[in-house]
Amino acid sequence: MTRDLRVQTSYAILLATLLAASTLLIQQVDRVRDDEPLQEVLYIPSPKVVERMSLGYSGLLADIYWTRVVQYFGTKHKAKAKEYLILEPLLDMTTTLDPKLLPAYEFGSVFLAQKPPEGAGSPQGAARLVEKGIRENPQSWKLYYDLGYIYWLELKDSAKAADAFERGSHIPGAHPWMRVMAAALAGHAGETETAIYMWTNILDSSDDQVLKANAINRLRCLRVDSEVKVLQDRVDEFTKSNGRSPTAWQELISTGLLRRIPVDPKGNLYQLVDGRVQVANPDLFPFIVRGLPLGRESGDLPGTSGIKNAKK
Amino acid sequence: MAAIEIDRLEKSYKTGFFGNRLVHGLKPLTLTVEEGEVFGCLGPNGAGKTTTLKLLLGLVFPSGGTARILGRDLNDIGVKRFIGFLPEQPYFYDHLTSLELLDYYARLSGVDPRERKHKVERALARVGMSDAGKTQLRKFSKGMLQRVGIAQAIVHDPKLVLLDEPMSGLDPIGRREVRDLVQELNEEGKTIFFSTHILSDAETVCDRVAVLNKGELKGVGVVADLLRKVSGDVELVWSGAQAISALSALGARCHATGDVVRAVLPERVLETALDALRNSHARLTSVTPVRATLEDYFLARIGEEKPNEVNA
Amino acid sequence: MIGRLWAIAYNTYREAVRDRVLYNLILFALLIVGSSVLFGQISLEINRIVLINLGLTAISLFGIVIAIFIGIGLVSKEIEKKTLYTVLAARPVRRWEFIAGKFLGLVMTLTVNALLMSVGFFAAVMYVSHGLGRGDLQLVVAIYLILLEFVLITALALLFSTFSTPIFSSIFAFAIFAVGTFAQDLRGFAKMASGVTGWVMTGASYLVPNFASLNVISQVAHDTAVDPKLILLDTLYVLVYTAAVMTASVWIFERRNLK
Repeated sequence: MTRDLRVQTSYAILLATLLAASTLLIQQVDRVRDDEPLQEVLYIPSPKVVERMSLGYSGLLADIYWTRVVQYFGTKHKAKAKEYLILEPLLDMTTTLDPKLLPAYEFGSVFLAQKPPEGAGSPQGAARLVEKGIRENPQSWKLYYDLGYIYWLELKDSAKAADAFERGSHIPGAHPWMRVMAAALAGHAGETETAIYMWTNILDSSDDQVLKANAINRLRCLRVDSEVKVLQDRVDEFTKSNGRSPTAWQELISTGLLRRIPVDPKGNLYQLVDGRVQVANPDLFPFIVRGLPLGRESGDLPGTSGIKNAKK
Repeated sequence: MAAIEIDRLEKSYKTGFFGNRLVHGLKPLTLTVEEGEVFGCLGPNGAGKTTTLKLLLGLVFPSGGTARILGRDLNDIGVKRFIGFLPEQPYFYDHLTSLELLDYYARLSGVDPRERKHKVERALARVGMSDAGKTQLRKFSKGMLQRVGIAQAIVHDPKLVLLDEPMSGLDPIGRREVRDLVQELNEEGKTIFFSTHILSDAETVCDRVAVLNKGELKGVGVVADLLRKVSGDVELVWSGAQAISALSALGARCHATGDVVRAVLPERVLETALDALRNSHARLTSVTPVRATLEDYFLARIGEEKPNEVNA
Repeated sequence: MIGRLWAIAYNTYREAVRDRVLYNLILFALLIVGSSVLFGQISLEINRIVLINLGLTAISLFGIVIAIFIGIGLVSKEIEKKTLYTVLAARPVRRWEFIAGKFLGLVMTLTVNALLMSVGFFAAVMYVSHGLGRGDLQLVVAIYLILLEFVLITALALLFSTFSTPIFSSIFAFAIFAVGTFAQDLRGFAKMASGVTGWVMTGASYLVPNFASLNVISQVAHDTAVDPKLILLDTLYVLVYTAAVMTASVWIFERRNLK
């Protein structure tokens, strides 16, 4: 029977080899296609038409589009993309096919609004999406939360933000901190503290890994903002006392203004450049507004320091 | 050289919901068919005749044992050029004409392209279907299909022809034609092996027969010998009802129509019976030995438990 | 061997082509192509777009249906009705030659099929666009990839009919076509899943035929050129995958007891 065994083994090996080869080819094909297939969402004049054509399986189709949203964003984000042209149409399609897909609105509220490469840089689009979500899901207080976040952080409109939180706080089941946020914004409480409060809530209440990672990132950047402020205050104090700016942290330690060499959340030393406190590597903290090197603005793309953000 | 040598060939199937029951399609069979014979394989439906054929033809794989065809092993694909096969209730490609069909088979059998056309036409002529050469097979009756089937079995001039129930579905004329054809082929030197459950057909045409029942070989032998063993009666016809009682006493079974009596009695009491008739002044019309039929042999064999070689 | 392969292939082709069911389906497809010319009249700008979308989709879908039904029909019929016995039992035809010959015959049939439907399609395109231009070369590419789809599904239909009944084979074939269309999305799902589910999904997403990459219809309708690298890779993929499927078919068929 060994002849039979040899034959069976040959077949098995041949089959396995061919399948392995086909797998490699698929990977190549995927690479070449890139997000070409997703482009087709731009060609569809009306998502409503697609919904009707899906013959009642719109839920499944919505899930498929949702997967594409995640894949699209993930791939582009890793490559530090400068634009996310298809994100909004994809999210629009997903939420048309399944208007109750709350994670899609949540995802869009964050990643449509944030500036590239952390998002599509279209807060207006984000607001539009969330407003749609609110229309379709009037009982979801969280969407008001997302709306408030967009108005406050990205569109810098505290009044509209406070209004969104206020409206949301009245919905049965709304988390108490909706009212807190409304009050804080209305009363122009410290920006950084409010922001920390908000992102911490997002981190705690979200199950989505991508959103959590983003929240951690933002919290880290807020910590940098706050640490840089404290350090800068100490440096200014030194300058006032000694008539010149310090050139090294050691000087502040000797005078008792600092206890030890300051290190940023990523483990690099804070730098002292001409009396200015800076982070060693700004690319690690995409959301900071303080501690940036001169000429670099908050939200500038890596490697473009000094270039004003002309495109909007 | 033996045309077919079967040595302990057997086939069992796993059945039952868990595949734990074993069904014996064919118990170990040992049989030899000599070259130039017409060999009949008899048995009721389900006896294992078709299984034997399929094992010989490589359609089904044996569970044990071996077989040789024309001196070559079963698995030798080269030997297929020299055998022809007609399956039970054949079906062919609906939309081909009989000429196209035979040409197809001739090609597959490797018939020399120069001779192909001629052989195809000859085969068709032998089965009496020359006129229907250009008609599509879906228009054929069962009998016509059967004949085309035989044609494809012989178109490549095989040395051994295997037929599974060749006479089924044919009217008496058709059956006679097949019988004649079988004899013709045999006269050309071909070995014929066919299976049937119609015993009278086998009787007139076969040199030797084997009897199968429930997957087992029950008996093998030369037809004439087998018949001689089982027969032994004589039929008397006379006029003279008065003799009935005397002959009945000898063990005759009498049947009277008016004054004409027909009686069957054992051969050994023939002389005594003839005397009795003379004494009764009956007028003897005929004395005929009752031929045993294969049916008698068959029924006798099927009734027994063990397989038995009935040869002198 | 070649002689036998050709004989079986040509026989399969002949048998399929003479079956009138084939023509009905082709006619249907052409009707749809024709009607799409009318639909397009609704809006002049998207006339050509509608025609290409609808026309190519019809060719693709009907072709797949034909491929499945003929593929399964021919082999199952042969096994059920024993034509197979006369071919395998008393002819020096190896079992793999039988499968390969059937496959080649089916591919021949489908190629002719695709050509016929293309003629109708291009006639409609010419009518709508008042002539053929360089952009129409991409339409040929699209049809070529559709033909590759046919080859793929035929191999699968053949595989299923080596071990399954006609009804189940058809169901499996349609199901795997549906799944294969979303193969890329399946890979996306797999990346989001974790643990055993993730592994299983990843495996499945690569084993399933990648029909997703063979459909360039909406691209071509908007005059976007197809990357030549993609054409090459797709061709290679279909060759390799078909070879794998055929290997499996032959493997199963060689071991099968033909009761």
